Amino acid sequence: MMPAWLDRLLCNPWGVHPQDDRKRPAADNPLRHMPMPDRLYLPVQQHLGAPARPVVLVGQRVLKGQLLAEAQGNVSAAIHAPTSGTVAAIGEITAPHASGLPVLAITLAADGRDEWIALDEVADPFALSAEEIARRVAAAGIVGLGGATFPSALKLNVSRRAKIRTLIANGGECEPYLSCDDRLMRDEPEGIVEGLRLIACATGATEICIGIEENKPEAIAAMKHATRGQRDIEIHVLPARYPMGSEKQLIQQVTGIEVPADARPADVGVLVHNVGTALAVARAVRAGRPLIARVLTVAGGAVAAPGNIEVPLGTLVDEVIAFTGGLRREPARLVMGGPMMGTQLPHGRVPVVKGTSGLLALTAEETGVRPSGPCVRCSSCVGACPMGLLPLEMAARIRVGDLDGALALGLKDCLACGCCAWVCPSRIPLVQYFVHAKGDLAGRERDRLRQEATRKMAAARLERLEREAREKAEAAARRKAERARQKAAEAAAAAAAAQTAASEEGVSS
Amino acid sequence: MSAAIISLTVLGIVLGALLGVAARVFRVEGNPLVEEVNGLMPGSNCGNCGYPGCRAAAEAVVKGEAAITLCPPGGKALVAALAAKLGVSVDMNAVVDAGPRMAVVTEELCIGCCRCLKVCPTDAIVGAAKQIHSVLREACTGCEKCVDRCPTEALAMQPVPVTLQHWVFPKPASA
Repeated sequence: MMPAWLDRLLCNPWGVHPQDDRKRPAADNPLRHMPMPDRLYLPVQQHLGAPARPVVLVGQRVLKGQLLAEAQGNVSAAIHAPTSGTVAAIGEITAPHASGLPVLAITLAADGRDEWIALDEVADPFALSAEEIARRVAAAGIVGLGGATFPSALKLNVSRRAKIRTLIANGGECEPYLSCDDRLMRDEPEGIVEGLRLIACATGATEICIGIEENKPEAIAAMKHATRGQRDIEIHVLPARYPMGSEKQLIQQVTGIEVPADARPADVGVLVHNVGTALAVARAVRAGRPLIARVLTVAGGAVAAPGNIEVPLGTLVDEVIAFTGGLRREPARLVMGGPMMGTQLPHGRVPVVKGTSGLLALTAEETGVRPSGPCVRCSSCVGACPMGLLPLEMAARIRVGDLDGALALGLKDCLACGCCAWVCPSRIPLVQYFVHAKGDLAGRERDRLRQEATRKMAAARLERLEREAREKAEAAARRKAERARQKAAEAAAAAAAAQTAASEEGVSS
Repeated sequence: MSAAIISLTVLGIVLGALLGVAARVFRVEGNPLVEEVNGLMPGSNCGNCGYPGCRAAAEAVVKGEAAITLCPPGGKALVAALAAKLGVSVDMNAVVDAGPRMAVVTEELCIGCCRCLKVCPTDAIVGAAKQIHSVLREACTGCEKCVDRCPTEALAMQPVPVTLQHWVFPKPASA
């Protein structure tokens, strides 16, 4: 770990840093709380992995914090009611996704009473066992709130088994515009520290590092104040450079360890959790409160009053923007998440989900869409790539449909951070090529699995037909044997009768 | 002179015997290429190609008796894989592929006769006598066997609907 200025001087300057990160004034405005809307739309898939399975019925009354959908399979997360009310529908709504395709969702009509379900509180969460902490985190439906939405309990269990040493709190928040983590660190540093200590308890980590970018001096001061006198917690001030909040980059910056390709941080003894996730963990373990609301940043040139808002999950994007003060002008693009890695929304009638770190209404000047030109082989993208890949070469292969060529160049290691496209002087949509190719790769893998499944099904059918034929033949043989026995018995009986008759005849005569 | 004739004859006999033994000991069962091509086939043995099962189709393809575009459920992806495996060049633009398709039951027309579920090679159709049948999306390979079997034309092939899990970010228009 070296000071930020020395790092800038000496290190390979991967990543990008826009001169104006546009985090203010949203970051400096006090946190606002969104009032409960009339209707909430809760998709059953708000996390990485399998969708949750609804456990409520249409028309059923539910209380705030009640389980609506349970986790299904190994990688999944539960979904809870953000307020009390009635389940109005369980059906498809438009997903908060670039495709605008439908997703199954539970629609909740709020009754305005906001009645909590009985919560399972514990007086001393630090007395709980590691398994119990992970169980409570799973029951609260907590997922990584930085945007990856990986189920947190699973990460805790994997890390405990891998015997991790260092826990890193990700306060990088490197995407421009976003400041929700900054706001949380300023407002609730004690909660974050408690959450981190609980995560350390659950995983056996002995060392806690909090990584914060240098462009958040207030958050650094607040966290330093909350951790003073605590020897095992160290605050690392990181250079402000996108994508510093990416797991692998953060680990390298804080510990100096490079996570190998195809390996997870747990393999090098490190666990990374977002500061927002740490706060949610503290609330879930101590108070038993499930994840039913989150803080997000509303910003962008078209927004009248940017700021950070605590929003109940399932609130429509349009309602959130209207609550902040509406739009100043018609946005050119509506984005969920950050401007670099966020998703373009089809319209504003989609719900806020667990991974929504920001809502951006960008003007045409901000989106900066310009026609792309041919590649001039300047290699700016190579210098910018935080993973040390060759974006120009990969894109050239993907353009002609050579997926294997792109794979050989390390397509799998691409974070899709967008640094390459951002620096490209020819405005080539490099990252779009990579996202497309990754989707194609996933499709290829799905096809392979499907073919295997088809083979199994065809084999199973053949086996079934054989079994049925065999059973039929056996049944026929049994019936035949039965008939033969019956016939023999009848014949014997007839013979016996004849004999008796004959003997009787003999007696009588 | 005779020494040369004798030595060459002995050499010929010994080498011939060696070759004969090697041909027996190291004999290859079938064409290994057939096994590889069979691995690429969908494996549902639907018979849509006109051959009795995927293995027979693989044998025909390897022998060159059948075109590599013979398998409708395999689609364009299979044609590309076969072309790469067999070193055949094929005009991919000429290959008609409407994308993955699946059978869908028109519920108003289904009379619940159970004929389709008996012919489905992957048991992808659920139903019982006089109950409306339904096709499982995950299990249907799009072989069209059931379509011909249906007495009321209730089964039709439709493109597999795109869902969130299957959606792929579109490729940028090249500059």
